[in-house]
Amino acid sequence: MELVQPAFGLLFWMIVTFSIIFFILKKFAWKPILNMIKEREHSIESALESAEQARKDMQDLQASNEKILAQARAERDALLKEARDTKEAIVNEAKAKAKTESDKLVAQARETINSEKLAAVAELKNQVATLSIDIAEKILKEHLSSDDKQKALMSNLMKEVNLN
Amino acid sequence: MCRKINTFKRNSFLFILFFSVLSLASLKGLANGYEPVEHPAAATPEAAANFDPGKLITEHIADGYGWHIAGEGQNAIAMPLPIILYSKERGLDVFLSNKFDHGHSTYNGYKLEGNHIVAVNEMDEMNSHLATVNEELTAHLWDISITKNVFALLLSAFILLWMFLTVAKAYKKGSNKAPKGLQSFVEPMIMFVRDDVAKNSIGPKYEKFMPYLLTVFFFIFINNLLGLVPLIPGCGANLTGNIAVCLVLAGLTLLITLINSNGHYWRHIFAMPGVPIPVLIILTPIEILGVVLRPFVLMIRLFANITAGHIIGLAFFSLIFIFGQMSTGAGYGASVVSVLFTVFMGLMELLVAFLQAYVFTLLSAIYIGSAIEEGHHDDHHHAENSKIDLV
Repeated sequence: MELVQPAFGLLFWMIVTFSIIFFILKKFAWKPILNMIKEREHSIESALESAEQARKDMQDLQASNEKILAQARAERDALLKEARDTKEAIVNEAKAKAKTESDKLVAQARETINSEKLAAVAELKNQVATLSIDIAEKILKEHLSSDDKQKALMSNLMKEVNLN
Repeated sequence: MCRKINTFKRNSFLFILFFSVLSLASLKGLANGYEPVEHPAAATPEAAANFDPGKLITEHIADGYGWHIAGEGQNAIAMPLPIILYSKERGLDVFLSNKFDHGHSTYNGYKLEGNHIVAVNEMDEMNSHLATVNEELTAHLWDISITKNVFALLLSAFILLWMFLTVAKAYKKGSNKAPKGLQSFVEPMIMFVRDDVAKNSIGPKYEKFMPYLLTVFFFIFINNLLGLVPLIPGCGANLTGNIAVCLVLAGLTLLITLINSNGHYWRHIFAMPGVPIPVLIILTPIEILGVVLRPFVLMIRLFANITAGHIIGLAFFSLIFIFGQMSTGAGYGASVVSVLFTVFMGLMELLVAFLQAYVFTLLSAIYIGSAIEEGHHDDHHHAENSKIDLV
């Protein structure tokens, strides 16, 4: 039965000792320990928060980078397309211009050739005429070079006139 | 983390193995001490049958005026402890417990009777068997001796103070560094008490009660563990299994509950809202009784759990000597089984050491929490309380 009867001595010492432990630990151990744990928890929390923030920022940055990149790509494509179009237009225009020019040249040449030809034909005609006159002159001169011949001619001509 | 736990487990296992072997050795010495010298007249096998496990266990469980380590009678290795007595008539008396010579002699007009110190009439009589008890003086004799348990209490107080002042210093030094050493052993438990015990049971105002809860938790935990260590004086006492210690702890919980209780708490005790008056006639006395009964159960729970653990451990060891008296072979055979059982019980006791500290702290927190709880009626909370009362 002694087991369940609290002894006075132990009760006394227990109250004294436990109170001393409690007050010393409360002031010099629990307070600083709990404060430090709390402080550390706060700092860990804020560190985690800032890490999360940084991650988010990074994500935003990446997203905006991607956007800029896509924009640049689109712009480049547009520029290239425009350049290609311009090139084609210029080439086509040049081709057309060259064609009209050459056509014009050909026509001009043809015209010149025609006129030259006409001139040449005309001159040829003149020369032939001159030559024929010369020839005729020479032939006449020869026919009428002696009195006999002139008389013969006269008589011929007279004969023809008589007939008429 | 996982590896750390593993090594911790392994270490604690080795630790238990170590001290079970130690305690076996101490008991062996005790049994050896029995046979030859003390009863030279009857040194026969029948005399060895004097081994009384009941006496051994009771002696260990109860408090005592000296620290008995090993051996018996004249051969006993024991550490004397100071005896402090005060009475109005005789004043203060301080002397060492070995002056009583195991109860055979008187000293300064006091003698040891059973496990108590009594005053005797004859101041000069040295033989305690001839001295007569002075009943009147004994009745108002204040005995505040440093008994076995008081010694263990003081030792554990020093261990606690050393432990947590060291840890506090480590916290002050490196405020935001990761904990290391003793600090990393203690911190998870502090966090456990704070997050799982105080915050959950008390609510937002838990911080005010943290110092008490932490002190109670570590006081019980450390003393439970010390109670498992044999041989070394100051350890192996049944301190947390002593009714006086449990009484003080439970009394403090009651005191804190009463000091911090609010109107809401008392309204629920005297007139539970929403309960018809005929039921209240039955309920109110139960609730009033409950105020005292809860800490009382708290006291009994700790006392019974720890005492039972010590009794079982010792009973297993006693088996060795009970069998040893039948035949030496049976004794050796039983010792194998006993050591295995005691290792198992030691592991159980390690768990119980933590568990009982936890349960005591948790229930204290719940009682405090129910006393300071504000506001509206909450059926769920009451259901939870009564469920935990059954633990």
